Amino acid sequence: MKHHRILRVVAKLLIPAILLFALYVQFHGDFGPGGGFQAGVIFAAGIILYGLIFGVEQATKVVPPRAVEILIAAGLLLFAGVGVAGLLLGGNYLDYNVLAQDPVHGQHYGILLIELGVGVTVAAVMISVFFSFAGRGRR
Amino acid sequence: MENLIDIALLGFLAATAVFIVRLRNLFAVVMLFGIYSLLSAGIFLELDAVDVAFTEAAVGAGISTIVMLGTLALIGGTEQRSIKPRPMALFVVLVTGVALIYGTLDLAALGDPEAPAHRHVAPRYIEESGTEVGVPNIVTSVLASYRGYDTLGEVTVIFTAGIGVMILLGGALSRRRPAAGEPAERPGDGDPPGPGEDAP
Repeated sequence: MKHHRILRVVAKLLIPAILLFALYVQFHGDFGPGGGFQAGVIFAAGIILYGLIFGVEQATKVVPPRAVEILIAAGLLLFAGVGVAGLLLGGNYLDYNVLAQDPVHGQHYGILLIELGVGVTVAAVMISVFFSFAGRGRR
Repeated sequence: MENLIDIALLGFLAATAVFIVRLRNLFAVVMLFGIYSLLSAGIFLELDAVDVAFTEAAVGAGISTIVMLGTLALIGGTEQRSIKPRPMALFVVLVTGVALIYGTLDLAALGDPEAPAHRHVAPRYIEESGTEVGVPNIVTSVLASYRGYDTLGEVTVIFTAGIGVMILLGGALSRRRPAAGEPAERPGDGDPPGPGEDAP
């Protein structure tokens, strides 16, 4: 895509906005539509757009595949870890009420953390799937 | 007015599905899949299910279109025409379709407040989640708190799917970087199908 100047300029303008919108959807999911799943997909779409326009090699420099592999597991572990934290603090598994002094604050912390875990895993899986497909034909 | 929008969207959806079945050019089929997802997102939006519409637009019209295009780059862009008609397949499809349509007769009417799904736990979520969870978006409190265990299962499914793709397609780029001096091949340029991949 070296010669598609319009695509490259438009992508450069759009990618920061896409990534910022993904973060907005991630952390505003309590109040508006969206949440970790949608945010992860949108974030991955930003990275994938970068890979499509500037080449997969460039994209792997921005997001190293090794880091993506670790993030796939890290998100799920964060989610499951919130559940274990609830157990250790004396509640049931995935019971957020015990995470803070009063139940509503605990619920807020719990939802924020598990949505973050969902977003991280979804984004990492989508990016990894894209890398796998795009890297397949170039052996 | 809302009925007109519904009918128009469903009509487009049916037309898109027919074209997907008829077309042999897989690139056009992938584009139609994207349009199909976008139309579904429109229907969800019209049903006030913004969270689902959001997901459908991002996953169905966005990511899966990219993944299918990536597949096309590997397998080529035309579907092989099957030569002989398959009466048994047609029979199975017809019977399944009739059974599904018969099943819809027992469904509750759209938006019926007396439907069992709306009388079980939904009233509790609508009335209590504001004080119990304190999150304005009830969908978020159901997904993340009341049904947190289900969501954990969903994330595990995505995790497993990602691991499966990495195993099947050979993992991330880092371990398969071509040796120095080996020419980097563009995807899809006369790449012969490997073992386990059927030619298109």
